[in-house]
Amino acid sequence: MNADHRVLIIIPAWNEAASIADVIAEVRDELPAYDVLVVNDGSTDDTERMALDAGARVVSLPYNLGVGGAMRLGYRYADENDYDVAIQLDADGQHDPRYVPKLIDGLGEARLVLGARFAGEGDYQVRGPRRWAMSLLSGVLSRMAKTRLDDTTSGFRACDREIIKLFAQWYPVEYLGDTVETLVRVIRLGHPVGQVPVAMRPRAAGTPSKSPIKAAVYLGRAMITLLLAINRR
Amino acid sequence: MKLAIMTGVVALLLLALIFELLRRRQLREKYAVLWLVVGLVTLPLGFIPSSLDNVSSWLGVASGASLVLFLAVVFLLIVCIHLSWEASRLEDETRSLAEEVALIRADLRDMKDRQADLEAELEQARTSRAGGAANGANGHPVGIVTQRDGKAVLGER
Repeated sequence: MNADHRVLIIIPAWNEAASIADVIAEVRDELPAYDVLVVNDGSTDDTERMALDAGARVVSLPYNLGVGGAMRLGYRYADENDYDVAIQLDADGQHDPRYVPKLIDGLGEARLVLGARFAGEGDYQVRGPRRWAMSLLSGVLSRMAKTRLDDTTSGFRACDREIIKLFAQWYPVEYLGDTVETLVRVIRLGHPVGQVPVAMRPRAAGTPSKSPIKAAVYLGRAMITLLLAINRR
Repeated sequence: MKLAIMTGVVALLLLALIFELLRRRQLREKYAVLWLVVGLVTLPLGFIPSSLDNVSSWLGVASGASLVLFLAVVFLLIVCIHLSWEASRLEDETRSLAEEVALIRADLRDMKDRQADLEAELEQARTSRAGGAANGANGHPVGIVTQRDGKAVLGER
């Protein structure tokens, strides 16, 4: 990937007014050459205004569609405006923009590069059913892709023109569909997938859920998503 | 025979309801046809419940009523599945529309910003040349605004 490629950083945001301005400021600081697009997913707070004031481009959905819905709009924007590379980054500040150049480097051999939390860098830890779900997903998907994928549910990813075009017209809205199902589809279409180890930071705002019931539900949904995705045409 | 009158009257009311909805254009034709057929089939069955007994005994079902019940459950299940499918399709369509609206609104905002910039520049040029020789024959200042590389360029004729 050479320097004159046009890169778009897509940040899906739903009621992230508390952290969005800092995230945009940091991205623009670290990566001044790249365009930043915030997909405001029907926020009821000031997310849109904060993002505009921070200097990002903003597209606002009239109502909440979920991460998958926001991301398809982001990829549609990237496709219509002829970007060569699209990066997906969370609005809560847990993805460090300093890893973006590494993700883009990874696009040399792969069409879709995941920022993986378990691949050595950082000290990201999960336990119990959530951990089982994640290792099940990474086991199955690694075998399908014939390469090691440690963190299949990562929302920190980079992709090239070909994948932008695919995601612009097809991107599931269902829970976990935005990560797991898109990955299955990309692998099945024969596109090479890769990963780059990244360290995650604690969220700038909001708290991650620790409830074991939620984790068990997560495991069940992960398995259903995986089964459906593998059997879909 | 009280049962036959009750079911028959219900079938009649159903048929009347469908006809009324259709008359007021509240039902799409594809559904109307379906429900009209349902109404027309239940009407004779409602008044003469024993009319199905031959068919049901041929199928090995004890009574016509339970055959109708069974078929009704199957039919309603299929209708429910169809409606879920329809709802999923509509959600897909509204999702596309929502995306379209978002993109158009973003474009519109860019246009408005550009227009505001252009007007500001035009105003500036006008005031700086007020009283100058740049007025046209009719007394209005003449300026040509062109776009070069996405930037407004103000030129004199």
